[in-house]
Amino acid sequence: MKVTINPELCQGHGRCYDLAPGLFGDDDEGYGKVLGDGTVSPEAEHDARIAVLNCPEQAIELSEEG
Amino acid sequence: MAVDDRFSRVPREPGENTAEAEGTYSEIIEGPVSDWATDFSHLEPEWSADPYRIQDDLRQRCPIAHTERFGGAWLPTRYEDVAAIAYDTDRVSSRSIVLSNFRPPLDLAPIGGSPPISSDPPFHHDARKLLLGAFTKKEVARQEPATRAYCHSLIDSFAGRDVVDAAHEYAQHIPMRVIANMLGFPPEDGPRFAVFVEDLLEGINLPPDERDERVSQIFDYLLDQVHAHLDDDEPRDDLTTYLINAELYGQKLPPDVVTGAMALLLIAGIDTSWSAIGASLWHLADHPGDRERLVAEPGLLPTALEEFLRAYAPVTMARLVKEDMHWRGVDMKAEDWILLSFPSANRDPAQFDRADEVIIDREVNRHAAFGLGIHRCLGSHLARMELRIALEVWLARIPSFTLADPGAVRWSAGQIRGPRILPLRIG
Repeated sequence: MKVTINPELCQGHGRCYDLAPGLFGDDDEGYGKVLGDGTVSPEAEHDARIAVLNCPEQAIELSEEG
Repeated sequence: MAVDDRFSRVPREPGENTAEAEGTYSEIIEGPVSDWATDFSHLEPEWSADPYRIQDDLRQRCPIAHTERFGGAWLPTRYEDVAAIAYDTDRVSSRSIVLSNFRPPLDLAPIGGSPPISSDPPFHHDARKLLLGAFTKKEVARQEPATRAYCHSLIDSFAGRDVVDAAHEYAQHIPMRVIANMLGFPPEDGPRFAVFVEDLLEGINLPPDERDERVSQIFDYLLDQVHAHLDDDEPRDDLTTYLINAELYGQKLPPDVVTGAMALLLIAGIDTSWSAIGASLWHLADHPGDRERLVAEPGLLPTALEEFLRAYAPVTMARLVKEDMHWRGVDMKAEDWILLSFPSANRDPAQFDRADEVIIDREVNRHAAFGLGIHRCLGSHLARMELRIALEVWLARIPSFTLADPGAVRWSAGQIRGPRILPLRIG
């Protein structure tokens, strides 16, 4: 599975990098960014889902490909 | 630093009160509310004592309340409506974000009096970009050791006492000290900030002249601070210096943008975090089960504080309607206010399971306490750090506490809600 952030929607709330620091980081202005290529290991899947469900802007997508 | 003629002092003529004189004033209407659906007022004691009961009722039967007070205002209560207004920067303006009986002149947009919170696109993006870097999670983490030490010193000062006012003697001081430090203002000026905050956010129904005078006092203070920085031989490493030197579109910022942004950082950072810290302590004093669990499981605190932010979201913003519009069943007129109640959105059962319950291990919590869309609270990372440290230190030092006198607790009126008197028994 893979996570992506839609930069048009992200407002830098930072919930993703708070809740799933293994998958997300922040840029110099606090906007979320996906670490690496966004591939989610099976062990990180729960964290990824929690990040998706807590993003106030619904800017994170978790998709099957990858 | 050097002479900077942007900030030269021009004496104000009596009666000449800045740009505010050009706006429009509406009639001040006070007194008990007849029907919350058609005559709401967030300044009345019934609202400050318990706004949630009123909002829950309106959400079911209304759900967009109206009032003739303040020259006309609307109050959407559902999450989806609050979100839609927050995202609709085409049809609603942030020209003034504190609902009052004064509407600033239209040409104050798109900058507004305290950019970027009061700004509309496209200026908003550029002004906000100047400040974002100073308020990232990494950047505010630099304030954490001093914040922790300061929280400890406040609790040290309680030695020997059985009852303390946690709002006045703890919660309030923390954000004042942190923001004074970040702006490079004298730490002992804290009590003056408290007065500024009250004047701006709670003095809504004061006569215009008196309100103008109080606003002028804030800007005089900020100008004094700018001059204190300019008079220094060495530039300081703080936000005031940063704003004095910052450039937008290849030029240094106009002086009113510098002082407006300083006003925003000073005012917006104090009442809000003060309220969040106080409301969380109030909840824990009143819910021994939650308090004991957090003392036993400090690792749960980051999750719990999101729930406190959801359930007791301190901040309601205001917007102004740009042009007449038929919106979700109501007719909004140009220049009507809209109260953007994030607290009400956060308790909408259509958005949250068991919305009216505080569940400190709530794992899925897509709350809107820091707003939605382009005006997401610039200081949200700072606020979360302050709240986490304030609660962590309190719970470690004072694991057992109760409400000393539930009837004595007082909550603020207006758009920022939190306990202003909170006597806790700690001994």
